Amino acid sequence: MKHNYLKNVTTLKLDAEKCNGCAKCIEVCPHEVFEMKNKKSFIKDKDACMECGACAKNCPEKALEVDAGVGCAAAIILGALTGGKPTCGCGSDSGCCG
Amino acid sequence: MDIPKVSTKTNLSDKLGTVMARLTLNRANYKVEPGLYAVGTPSTNSNVFVSANYKLSFDSLRKELGGMDAWILVLDTKGINVWCAAGEGTFGTQELINRISETKLNEIVTQRKLIVPQLGAVGVAAHIIKEETGFNVVYGPVRAKDIPEFLKAGMRATPEMRRVNFTFVDRSKLVAAEFAMGFKYLFIVSVILIAFAQYNLCANILLAYFGGTVLGPLLLPWLPGRAFSLKGVSAGLITFLIAYFFGFAGKNILSIAGSLFLMTALASFMLMNFTGASTYTSFSGVKKEMKAAVPLQAGALVVGLVIIVVKIFIRS
Repeated sequence: MKHNYLKNVTTLKLDAEKCNGCAKCIEVCPHEVFEMKNKKSFIKDKDACMECGACAKNCPEKALEVDAGVGCAAAIILGALTGGKPTCGCGSDSGCCG
Repeated sequence: MDIPKVSTKTNLSDKLGTVMARLTLNRANYKVEPGLYAVGTPSTNSNVFVSANYKLSFDSLRKELGGMDAWILVLDTKGINVWCAAGEGTFGTQELINRISETKLNEIVTQRKLIVPQLGAVGVAAHIIKEETGFNVVYGPVRAKDIPEFLKAGMRATPEMRRVNFTFVDRSKLVAAEFAMGFKYLFIVSVILIAFAQYNLCANILLAYFGGTVLGPLLLPWLPGRAFSLKGVSAGLITFLIAYFFGFAGKNILSIAGSLFLMTALASFMLMNFTGASTYTSFSGVKKEMKAAVPLQAGALVVGLVIIVVKIFIRS
């Protein structure tokens, strides 16, 4: 069963002008957000993006931009309390990182 | 250089360790020494698989390499799994570059391909690895069990192998850890409430906690709404009905309302925290839902508690 999270929230942006068609984004995306169209990458399912940042990290042309972060409420609370950037407290005993 | 050999079979102690780690017991000690390992009798032309030094990640990889001759390059991810470590950057470009040079991998193998788990891409920039080390990063499948198929297909992953799922089985593996996470606080609260003979309130809290950490995750795709906090309200309502049915919500309208507010708020908050364990929620999305949900949860919790406390004083 496919899960659907909130619509119209992702910060993912693709600059098709810069895309060289290497398809690395398709290789790394865990949610099939991209598709090749006319030898260029194309965002086919934007709302499926979880902002993991793998595509932007692996884009050699810097054609992709996303405000990557953890979609984790506990991390956001912890970040707000400590004033730091929200990251998984995975070094501890938190359950999220099995 | 002496390169340690690893077996592709997991034994009883490995399996027991897996169960312990799932229950979040002894997780901090569940590490593998970073470095290069040999599977079978690898040559200069054998495949190199990159892994994290979390033992569950390492075990799930080596288990799939039965009958193969290969190398495993273990990065120092502080004992954290690939995906989380990649998010934090410990399973990252710099660590991979350092580990390649430290193990003198370029002398040990002559082929120039590294098979990196796909989820590691969050922290690794393939084009920079190529520039700095000469190795080509090939992203392997998300799940180690697909590695034999992936190799057979000439290092090509099908879309299915690239997709992260979140099945009922995946979620059921997480509920034990989810339930255990806040259990010590739950235990303390329960002991105090029982000491003051507040059995109904104690039952309400336990049931709502169960709703948010076990029922909610298991029923996730079937609960209405997209936001986890909203799904959590439904999970809370289910547990409220159970409480009501068994008489834990009291009999008059005041105590029933108190239980309703308290239980939905608690279950909603707990299930909202399950966003961290899920595989599809985004940072922007969680921020958005929290902005709306946290004030409502806090409000409902306060209203519920005030009603219950007032009710206790009226009675006594």
